Amino acid sequence: MATGRPSHGRASRNGAFGNGVGPRISVRKTYKLYIGGAFPRSESGRSYLVSGADGAPLANAVRSSRKDVRDAVRAAHGAFPGWAAKTAMNRGQVLYRVAELMEGRRDQFVAEVATAEKLRDARAAEVVDRAIDRWVWYAGWADKITQVLGSSNPVAAPYFNFTIPEPTGIVGIVAPETSSLLGLVSRLAPPLVAGNTVVLLASESRPLPAITLTEVLATSDVPGGVVNVLTGRKKELVPVLAGHVDVDALDVWGVPDDLRVETEQLAADDIKRVSRRPAGVSDARFDWLDDRASERPEWIAVFLEMKTVWHPIGV
Amino acid sequence: MPTMPEPTSTSVVVTPDQRPNSWGFGDGQEIPWEYAPAPEARDIVTLKERYGLFINGRSVPATGGGTFVSIDPSTELPLATVAKATDVDVDKAVRAARRAQRRSWGQLSGRERAKYLFRISRILQERSREFAVLESMDSGKPIKESRDVDVPLAANHFWYYAGWADKLDYAFPGRVAKPLGVAAQIIPWNFPLLMLAWKIAPALAAGNTVVLKPASTTPLSALLFADVVQQADLPPGTVNIVTGPGEIGMHLATHPDVDKVAFTGSTEIGKKIGRGVAGSNKALTLELGGKAANVVFDDAPLDQAVEGIVNGIYFNQGEVCCAGSRLLVQESIADTLVDKLKDRLSTIRVGDPLDKNTDVGAINSKAQLEKITELVASGVAEGADLYQPACDLPERGYFFRPTLFTNVAQSHRIAREEIFGPVLSVLTFRTPDEAVEKANNTRYGLSAGVWTDKGSRILEMVSRLQAGVVWANTFNKFDPTSPFGGYKESGFGREGGMHGLHAYVRLEDR
Repeated sequence: MATGRPSHGRASRNGAFGNGVGPRISVRKTYKLYIGGAFPRSESGRSYLVSGADGAPLANAVRSSRKDVRDAVRAAHGAFPGWAAKTAMNRGQVLYRVAELMEGRRDQFVAEVATAEKLRDARAAEVVDRAIDRWVWYAGWADKITQVLGSSNPVAAPYFNFTIPEPTGIVGIVAPETSSLLGLVSRLAPPLVAGNTVVLLASESRPLPAITLTEVLATSDVPGGVVNVLTGRKKELVPVLAGHVDVDALDVWGVPDDLRVETEQLAADDIKRVSRRPAGVSDARFDWLDDRASERPEWIAVFLEMKTVWHPIGV
Repeated sequence: MPTMPEPTSTSVVVTPDQRPNSWGFGDGQEIPWEYAPAPEARDIVTLKERYGLFINGRSVPATGGGTFVSIDPSTELPLATVAKATDVDVDKAVRAARRAQRRSWGQLSGRERAKYLFRISRILQERSREFAVLESMDSGKPIKESRDVDVPLAANHFWYYAGWADKLDYAFPGRVAKPLGVAAQIIPWNFPLLMLAWKIAPALAAGNTVVLKPASTTPLSALLFADVVQQADLPPGTVNIVTGPGEIGMHLATHPDVDKVAFTGSTEIGKKIGRGVAGSNKALTLELGGKAANVVFDDAPLDQAVEGIVNGIYFNQGEVCCAGSRLLVQESIADTLVDKLKDRLSTIRVGDPLDKNTDVGAINSKAQLEKITELVASGVAEGADLYQPACDLPERGYFFRPTLFTNVAQSHRIAREEIFGPVLSVLTFRTPDEAVEKANNTRYGLSAGVWTDKGSRILEMVSRLQAGVVWANTFNKFDPTSPFGGYKESGFGREGGMHGLHAYVRLEDR
């Protein structure tokens, strides 16, 4: 069995009690939240049982509360000025390093994705490899997006006029429900590379790879608070995230259909920017392995504000 | 210490206190002479008694025959009777637009679309004076503004996007740009024709068809534009115009067969539209309110700044979403600048919009005049100091004196709420950090201004001001190539430039 697959104590069925006769008892991981660079539990003290795609119990995940969402937004808010002010090249290098560290933990991710999504190991390996490569693809955009989306505008008067993109601010992401790692990375990287900070709500049914990713982020150069990850019930948390006035933009990809109208209405109340699944695209069937479909500069652009500057020309 | 040479008998030095009062500028005195009237001829406009809706290339009465009257806000007299669309008419317009998108306009090559749009631009240029006069009659804005700003910019906007119609591949490298389909477009009353151009030109260039709803107080230039559409021989249904109250705008925006909604107007209505289309997959762009800060540092070229501040807030009676309604002036020069401003205000001419010398025309409607009056009263009640120049206002019509408030606190309503009138609130700051803090202390983020002679300070301020447009050492400049739109609750999406095209396309893989 690959390393890192969550184990649920079947090793103890020989009745061994650590006397050196039976197999070793594994040390289980406690899956926690990731807020402001730390790993707290929910202030509510709640959890929920997460099972693998085959129904076998895997672990208890944190069931975040309204307060946890607020704490995460506050952390994202605090981290925004520093992250947005980094040079584009530096931001690109920081995100590239996430790929480097994921590569080092590749086997752990493969095992976890295989369990969560009920994939054969070869398929899970393909998914993880693609997730790592996706960081690389988006990281490379950091110092190019301004040149591709910005412009110098030939106004019909003696003014110098140019347009540059700036990050929107705090982005709330409701991660894809089905693709627990690759889908998540594909939605997380674009707002980050643009210079936004993020509060991400992980897949409700498959949250564990997201938490393992936060362990990578915590040891990478991504500053604390730039990415904050919550687990829990979407029905409970999505409206809080969508209604929070310090969240400037919302990725509603993983919002369940029955919550969609309410979510977008809440987002409209303070003119949040909303990034949607294209019409007719289903979360469950979207092919995240398709690079053409899931590597899109438009997904960066939706979290950028265009600023246009005028100055007279004269002596 | 060297002593100053005594003035010789050949040089005449005029000290300020010796200047004649009658010069009228630079000394705070009233203008001692009267301008003769310089009225623009109205006969270039032939008003119809009744205007219909423009659906599927024809002018038609509203279902049920309802009408409303559009008045001249400078006289309060009726100009024309206009069809009042019902939901049924909106449905017809959307059907016509859908049909044209499927069968005619949407089937044209970009090259052919471009030629139609160039035609529209040319016709607007040819009929520019007619449009300018009608626009001033219906909206109350000064003729020199509609003649020199609104109409030429509208024509230029069609010209600019005409050229994009067959070059979309170059606007979105690596992507194929497809039209969204039918666009519902709702525009305000402050720049009726210009906002029409901002909406229709990029939509048509990208291959969409449109249903446009003008504001209920300013429908006439849009209905005259329908005439241009016919002259240009556009396929029927490509452009549809429905006039009427706000409710039909909401019906249009939430219509199930509309693919794209573009709205310019207040933040409150923008939120309602956002709620209305929630969960529908309609593409949405919003250009909403503003409360722009105009930041003046102590090293700014003051006389230029005064002109920029005046243009920033009194242009179009201050009925501009990006108006520089909050003046943030560095404390050390505040008194000097305010004196200069008051002096300049005394030379502003308020009156007949059709007079070529008029600087500030009529407020667009009675309701808007009441809103301005109420907010100005709140400024006085909350303790700010009011200044208005002595000037005669016409006896009839909706007019309001250019107004300046000093001693304004950030908490005052006049510093927080969008007034949409000729009212400037003056606040002060000491350090650049304080200026940024105060400038960004608003839910809006449409525009901002900064005045300083120091280049590095301009760039620093530009990057820290949260606004979609930043004017440095200028204000209220517009151009079709220049993207316009807001941060925060001033909306999202851009109009103008390449970025304006993005609001009307769906990008697919090549």
